[in-house]
Amino acid sequence: MGAQLRVYRQKIKSAQTTKKITRAMELISASRIQKAQARVAASEPYSSAITRAVSAVASYSNVAHVLTTEPERIDRAAIVIFTSDRGLAGAFNSQVLREAEELTELLKSQGKEVEYFLVGRKSVGYFKFRRRSFERSWVGGTDSPDFDTAREIGDAVLEAFLRDSSDGGVDEIHIVYNRFVSRISQVPIVTRLLPLEVVESEEEPDAKHEVFPLYEFEPDAETVLDGLLPVYIESRIYNAMLQSSAAKHAATQKAMKSASDNADKLITDYTRLANNARQSEITQQISEIVGGADALSSAK
Amino acid sequence: MASLNVSVVSADQQVWSGEASMVVARTVEGEIGILPGHEPMLAILAGGEVRVTLPGGEKITANADDGFLSVQANAVQVVASRAELV
Repeated sequence: MGAQLRVYRQKIKSAQTTKKITRAMELISASRIQKAQARVAASEPYSSAITRAVSAVASYSNVAHVLTTEPERIDRAAIVIFTSDRGLAGAFNSQVLREAEELTELLKSQGKEVEYFLVGRKSVGYFKFRRRSFERSWVGGTDSPDFDTAREIGDAVLEAFLRDSSDGGVDEIHIVYNRFVSRISQVPIVTRLLPLEVVESEEEPDAKHEVFPLYEFEPDAETVLDGLLPVYIESRIYNAMLQSSAAKHAATQKAMKSASDNADKLITDYTRLANNARQSEITQQISEIVGGADALSSAK
Repeated sequence: MASLNVSVVSADQQVWSGEASMVVARTVEGEIGILPGHEPMLAILAGGEVRVTLPGGEKITANADDGFLSVQANAVQVVASRAELV
């Protein structure tokens, strides 16, 4: 009996320790969400300026650009997967990886070969564990992504895209990442990055300038587009990284909150059991004493 | 006199924005000065200084690494992956 009480007390103690850790992690990620969200908001002017400029060039010049033209045959495709470096974030990484797998299935069923660019230690681990090959990976910076990494990724995918597909290059590039919708919900997003479909942004019709003015290009439309498109791609990638990092912190907060709640529940349950055990131990001791006394008095 | 609505934007933040009477920047073709009423334009910037003259005559200088400049209806945007005020 005494042994059982000790076991329960041990379990309570361990649940309490775990709770302390998860609670701390919850608080940490709660404060990081705000920072990550602020960074998403801060990068907003840049990406909207670039999107505007790209759609302005694309709609006012009939320049066919290698990045915007659809190749006749798509033999090889690449997927860029944005995961986090660390786990403890609920379904955050698995949902992105699942989306990527579904996309892979789809592309393979269309007869395309698939190559991978991985961002975040978790996706690298996933691929290594399954002994699958990948083209390149970037790890270590997913908590607070910087623009240099985005640029590196942008350069790498562009380089793969511009190479001939018989030469190991790819004909289209998809990105899969978690978008931060709210603290509660993070949605995996799958989009095609290249070839670009330059759509005139949907929010344009009700904006002030319905029609883009006739721009003067310096030096000329082609060069401007040449300069803009890679920047546009970098900014899309940067945005994906920022979204993913905000989503990661939100997912961690949610996961750690439910872990703390679970620990609370465990502590309550074990406390009840421990009380029960203690009570029955006392009851038994009393009945032993009473029984003993009885036996003594009847023996007289 | 009309004035320009200028914003200097880098990849991770808006560096500066406000009213100005003139913007001087370096494009790949050479230096260009923009006054209110300039025609719509998109230009690729060569790395270097962007000088913004405020309506009061004060001057603000920003370093823009590489990026572009867009002018449209008296709104000037200097967009560069790296930009900072000097």
